Amino acid sequence: MLSKSVLVDLTRCTGCKACQTACKQWNDLPAVIPEFDNNLTFPNKTDGNTYTVVQHRVTEKDGQDVMRFAKMQCLHCLEPACASACFAKALQKTPEGPVVYNPELCVGCRYCMLACPFGVPKYEWDEVFPLVAKCQFCFDPNGKYDRLGHGQKPACVDTCPNGTLEFGERDEMLKEAWRRINSDPKYVKHVYGEKEAGGTNWLYISDVPFETFGFRTDVTERPLPEYTHDYLKWTPAVIAAWGGLLTLMYFYTKRRGEVAQDQGKNIGA
Amino acid sequence: MAAHKWSFTWTPVRKVLMVLAALAAVIVVYRLATGLGTTTNLNDQWPWGLWIGFDVLTGVALAGGGYSTALLVHIMHINKFNVIARSAMLTSLLGYLLVMAGLFLDIGQWFNFWRPFVSWGYHSVLFEVFWCISLYTTVQLIEFGEIATEKVAKSWHKPLKSIMPIMLILGVLLPTLHQSSLGGLYIIEVGKLHPLWWSPMLPLFFMMSSFFVGPAMVTIETTLAGKALGHHVEDRILRSLVRIAGSLMIIYLALKIIDLANRDAFGYVFAGGLESSMFLLEMTAGIIIPIIICFSSWSTSRNGLVIFSALTAGGVVLNRMNVVFTGMYQALGPGYFPSWMEWAVTIGLVSAGVLVYLFIAENFNILGAHEKHETA
Repeated sequence: MLSKSVLVDLTRCTGCKACQTACKQWNDLPAVIPEFDNNLTFPNKTDGNTYTVVQHRVTEKDGQDVMRFAKMQCLHCLEPACASACFAKALQKTPEGPVVYNPELCVGCRYCMLACPFGVPKYEWDEVFPLVAKCQFCFDPNGKYDRLGHGQKPACVDTCPNGTLEFGERDEMLKEAWRRINSDPKYVKHVYGEKEAGGTNWLYISDVPFETFGFRTDVTERPLPEYTHDYLKWTPAVIAAWGGLLTLMYFYTKRRGEVAQDQGKNIGA
Repeated sequence: MAAHKWSFTWTPVRKVLMVLAALAAVIVVYRLATGLGTTTNLNDQWPWGLWIGFDVLTGVALAGGGYSTALLVHIMHINKFNVIARSAMLTSLLGYLLVMAGLFLDIGQWFNFWRPFVSWGYHSVLFEVFWCISLYTTVQLIEFGEIATEKVAKSWHKPLKSIMPIMLILGVLLPTLHQSSLGGLYIIEVGKLHPLWWSPMLPLFFMMSSFFVGPAMVTIETTLAGKALGHHVEDRILRSLVRIAGSLMIIYLALKIIDLANRDAFGYVFAGGLESSMFLLEMTAGIIIPIIICFSSWSTSRNGLVIFSALTAGGVVLNRMNVVFTGMYQALGPGYFPSWMEWAVTIGLVSAGVLVYLFIAENFNILGAHEKHETA
């Protein structure tokens, strides 16, 4: 599989936010006046102009206060709920791994925002004609923001100064994640993204619980599009069966009514 | 051809409705020109609010009186219900036009609304909803065309009448699909929508409730129209209609219990807190009490029928609100309450619908004797 992946090792992150800045610069996303969350992070959430943020958290580990940081962005699911929810094919999973957004096709219904189990897609609420915003994995085939298509790493990975972000094939990254976990007891025995929502292209390992950063740990391991498919697959059968039944009922009851009327007349006559 | 006489009586209530509709129209222009951020309180946490929750999800359900009546009258040819068929189907048509208006206002790229007609995201439940609602609104316009051409453009009446059987069958098939699909939209909220409401059976529940709210809406509408337009329908006809709804509600209640038990979610029912209170209110006031009224002597009086209907309709509204808001609250958190402009548009749209209904009811043969030969 050629599916591209990023392994995020939270134990290596120093919270410098170079990735956040690189993302803004590469994607021409407007910056705003900082508004700090806990005086630690800027901004505290991704939004219509921000594809990625680094969360800063003070937490406890082995009885000591420690700081930990987590870069948050689209996880690029293997079977993305957002793409399955889009009724205009504006969001699509590419064979290369990225889940990309095509604004041309977007109607602006925001069902993708509701469908995403990780709350990733954001909206340009201040625009007259707002679009959805989310990390594109620096994949923009034939567009000006493309890096992956040119064989380059995403802007954030390229910028990371301390090896927190590692770019490669998903199989390789998953192997590397488990190698690190198994060779160092400080890690939580869990690769976030290995199984969540059926697996994601971005993978995380950490030495503090993932809940610290608000990662949802109760996400189903079954790909979300399958739930919908279990329902939608009945549509053709329902159309045929119910449509057929309605047609039969229509003509049967109509004829019965006519017969009853004729007989009524005959008796009356 | 002689000029048609159009009549519309201006009463104080109608003037108020007109003002509300006009206010909404102004806000609609403002919203389309300036965007969603300036008019609504929607945000990244709550991308869907009042317009989708009430105008669309609830609106479509309440318009279910159209297809449930069409099934009984035009497909099963139960002739005693003929007297309510036209008004039920007209209300439904207007309901759907309002839903389309609400949807159009809510989408960010409104000039792009036609996109799913050519770019087929068929994996999406919304795709089915979009197609079915569009087609069904067209079908309903054609069905109303048959009524309208009794008075205007009379040469079209015969060709329209000849395609009525197909339209009537489609007019039940399509709503069955999209009423259930509106519930299907929330299947993908697995893990986010509270287990009291999330279920793989959500589409069936949405479909059944849209069907049994039909007789309730017909009763409310007939009672109101009886006062405003002097249209009287015998209680016994409404009662047998309500009985059909009540029977379906018993099955619905049983399925709800079985479903909760199957998913080990029964514990949430009496767990206390916001979700369990709202769920109990929905099931008690909106399902159990109406069932009791329906199958007791209360339903012999018009008052009993009206109370049944108000509770049932209220229960369906509450159910949709619970799915869209209450059930999503734990996952999405606080942070949304509709802005005054969102309220004003919702209220104005409904007001406009009522005015158009009154106009059509006074000028076309909607409520009149239409009993014997018009059964198509």
